[in-house]
This record gives sequence, structure tokens and C-alpha cells, in this order.
Amino acid sequence: MSVVSIRNLSKSFGGGRVTALQGINLEVERGEFVSLIGPSGCGKSTLLRIVGDIIEPTSGEVTVNGKTARRARLDRDYGIVFQSPVLYEWRTVAKNISLPLEMFGWDRGRRARRVEEMVRLVELETFEGHHPWQLSGGMQQRVSIARALSFEPALLLMDEPFGALDEMTRERLNLELLRIWAEIGSTILFVTHSISEAVFLSTRVVVLSARPGRIAGIVSVDLPQPRTAATREDPRFFELVTEVRERLHAAGADEVLEEAAFE
Amino acid sequence: MSAIALERPRARAVAVRRGIGRGAVFVLVALLLWGLWEGYRWLWIREGWTKPFLVDDTSMPHLHAIVRQLFEPARVNGPLLITLLWHSALFTAKEAAVGFAIGASVGFVLGVVLAHFRILQRGLLPYIVASQTIPIIAIAPMVVVGLGSYNIAAWLRVAVIAAYLTFFPVTVNTLRGLQSADPRALELMHSYAASRWKILWKLRVPSSLPYLFSAFKVSATASVVGAIIGEAPSSIPNGLGGAIINFNQYYALEPKNLWATNLVAACLGIFFFLAVVVVERLVVRRAPEHNA
Repeated sequence: MSVVSIRNLSKSFGGGRVTALQGINLEVERGEFVSLIGPSGCGKSTLLRIVGDIIEPTSGEVTVNGKTARRARLDRDYGIVFQSPVLYEWRTVAKNISLPLEMFGWDRGRRARRVEEMVRLVELETFEGHHPWQLSGGMQQRVSIARALSFEPALLLMDEPFGALDEMTRERLNLELLRIWAEIGSTILFVTHSISEAVFLSTRVVVLSARPGRIAGIVSVDLPQPRTAATREDPRFFELVTEVRERLHAAGADEVLEEAAFE
Repeated sequence: MSAIALERPRARAVAVRRGIGRGAVFVLVALLLWGLWEGYRWLWIREGWTKPFLVDDTSMPHLHAIVRQLFEPARVNGPLLITLLWHSALFTAKEAAVGFAIGASVGFVLGVVLAHFRILQRGLLPYIVASQTIPIIAIAPMVVVGLGSYNIAAWLRVAVIAAYLTFFPVTVNTLRGLQSADPRALELMHSYAASRWKILWKLRVPSSLPYLFSAFKVSATASVVGAIIGEAPSSIPNGLGGAIINFNQYYALEPKNLWATNLVAACLGIFFFLAVVVVERLVVRRAPEHNA
């Protein structure tokens, strides 16, 4: 059974004047790492938010774990990570991570144990008592990831989580995310506008066309697991980056290509 | 980690230096104000100017004479003026503190209710605004007489008047503060399938705290003013309001008493303000760049 199943999904805004997404069909299997890539405004974030039942599709159907997106949200089937960490500045790192656990009514002892595990997972030991403003951007995003994973959701939705970080931090967090993904074995749906990031992380890259967003192609990434820093120098890595780039180009996504030129 | 550990002692040194700096500024401003008062006095007396008012020992006593007056007996063989005013200030402080507590609570609850029910907001807000345009001296006698018929202690009636001046800024800022929550943080709460109640307590209220404390600072001083004004129609002699009315009647005989009372009233207001600042420091945890 697919973790995420999207059938014939369309989304328009402004009473149908702007079509953001059109005729999207996608299945995401358990344990997959699927990236959505496309030019700005192609609706990739919109698609992610529809899967998370933050907004509703105009037509079509989304199921998560075989349930409606709404049911899945109410059952807390997914964790979400935004581009900004969205931490509560009045809470410490530990308290931020335990926020969803508090919401779900976990008792204190169980929360403390899980926070400890999560802090170790994202390698932020000794920072539990710090407040978000005392951390670097990369560390804040790690807290945000720990918070999303704290209740072991089957699905992790990530909306350009490393988009605001510098290249060095981004590459380090890419490796860290892959390690976490391997460790907990969850399914990840990941929005990015970086071609190399998408190829490096994913098992499949879904290329979206410029508005209205349609699936312009899906590239299966057959790079060996686990991926390491050396993966980025693998000739196959470059072939796949080129393939994704060409698909984007064919889809009229010149914007992403300009950005890619600097990578 | 080590970098942060190293920064701590330096941060303390910076804090100490900033403290000294603030103290110096306070003293400097106090000296400046004193100089302005005395300079104005000296110039107007020397030139014999009578506009906007005649300056003499009655209209503008020496500041040091006002301070010295505090340590003179208020009546022949009576207690020192400062002792008298200390007790008055305590009495007024009680009225103001209780009034502030009532006003802040009512204001907060009203803000929460209005934030959650749009229709109420549209329907009630104009009346709440109107309530603040009615002068307190018009309301005070009604409150005093009205509540008096229910056998409520006089000082508590004054507290209600203080509350009347207190609740409005709290309501307005609660409304604003509750709506200030980061939309992404709200989406996050949505993703946790959080109830309205949980969103209120875990996100909206903590987000509103900085706004709430801004309101508390305004309200704290307003509650002192409310208490002082409220004492007049209640004919309560025990507070600063009573002292002001009393000394006002004998102004021509001894102006310094009234000035000294004003000084004490101002100190009480500042004390209330600072109390809120201290509580804010303890309660609101946020990035240092927000702390002005």
C-alpha cells in the first residue's frame, strides 16, 4: 500500500482564475524519499500542503496511509518541516521538541525519554536548555526536524527545509537527514528548488512544470545507499543531475536552471 | 557549546556596564530636570515675567524645599509628612493593585472572547471604545454611589474605578497579541490537529505576552491615577487622593505639601511600572534583540 496516493489532483486559486496544479497523479511507497522540484510558483509547496491537509484540493483525491488527508492529519500521521524552523522562542530546545508530544497528551516521563532520543538523533546534546535564538540557523532547523519526528509519524513532509541555509550547512544537513531517514525508516516527501539536493537525497525526483504545475517527468535515482559526500562526485550523480535539468528545461523551468548554474 | 560557555562572563560584564550606564543616564536626566525647574524659576523671578504665570515660592517652590518638606511634621506635634504620605501611598497602592488585577483579568478575558467571536468583536468593540471616552470623573461618583448601596467597602469601590481605567489597553493589546501568532506556527498546530483551546494556550497566549506586557505597563500607571481620582468622590481621606484634596485646600498656606504629595504619587506610579517590567523580565523569554 502506498503511503501517499494522489489521483487526478487539481488546485486553483482565486475562484479558478489561477490554476496552480493540474492532473497530478503520484504514488509514494513506504520508505521512499521523494523530492518535488520545479520552478517558483509551480505549486510544489501547494502540493505538499494539500497532502498535509493544510489546504484543500479543488478536485481529485489524496490518501495518506489509505485514509483521507483530513483523517490522516487528525490521526497525526505526518510531521511537517517548513523552510523557516518555526520554533517557539519562549520554549527551550527540549520544550520545542516535546510540543507535539504535549499536544498528544504524552506523560512527562515518556516525553522526557523521547526528547532525549530526538536530541541525540539530531546531535544537539547539551543544547536542550537553550532557547532558539541562541542557536545557528542550521541548529534551529535540526530542532524543527526533531520536533517533526518526535511522535514517529509515518510520513515526513518537508517544504524546502534547507532553502534558507548556506551551502555548507545545507550539505551537512543533507547527510544528516539521510542518516536519520535510514535510522528511522520513515517516508519523506521533500520540496526543493535545488537540483543537486533533490538528486542527492531522493530515491525518486518528481519534476513539475511551470504554472499550471503538472508532472513533467519522474527520475528514479539509482545511486547506491548509503549516500556519502563521495556520492556528489560520482559520475552517475552528474548524469542524473543533467537528466533532471533537461526535464526541467523541457518543462519550461528556466528559473531553476539559472539557479542551478551556480551549484 | 564552548563558544557559548565562554560568552557568559562577557555577557555579564556587558550587563553590568549597561546597568551603570543606565544609572548614569537616570542621574543625568534628574539633574537636567532639576536644572530646568530651578533655572526657569530663577529667570522668571529675576525678569519679573508673569506669563504664563507668576513665579514665586507659592507657584514653584524650590525643589530641595519640597524634598525637605517631606521630613517636616505635617501638623504641629504630628508625624512627619513623609510618614503620613507613606501610609496614604500604601492605601492607594492597595486600591490600585486590586483595581489593576481586576482590570487586567477582565481586559484579558474580554480580549480572548472578542478574538474568538468575530461577531461579538464587531458588536461590542464600539461600546468598549465609548466606555473610555466618558471622563472618569463622570463615572466615578456613579460607581461609588452605585456599589455603595451593595455594602461594598469604600476602597474596593475605588479599586473598581481603577479597574475601569485599566482594562481597555489590556483588551486591545490582547486582541492584537492573540492575532500576532506566526501563521506557520498556526499551520503547525493545525497539523497536530490541535483544538482551539490548545492553540490558545500553547501558541496564541504565549505569542501575545509581549503585547500584553506593553498594555500592563500603560495600565499599571493608569490604575494609580484611577485610584487617586476615585478617592475624591468617595471622600476617602486615607489615600493619596484624599491628601491631594486636603493639601489643595491649604495650598496658599503651604504649597510644598501638595508638591511633595505629587512627588510621592509619581513615585508610586513609577513603582507600579517597574513592578510590571520586573515581572515581564521573569516571564517573557525571547530573543535579546527584542528587549529594548
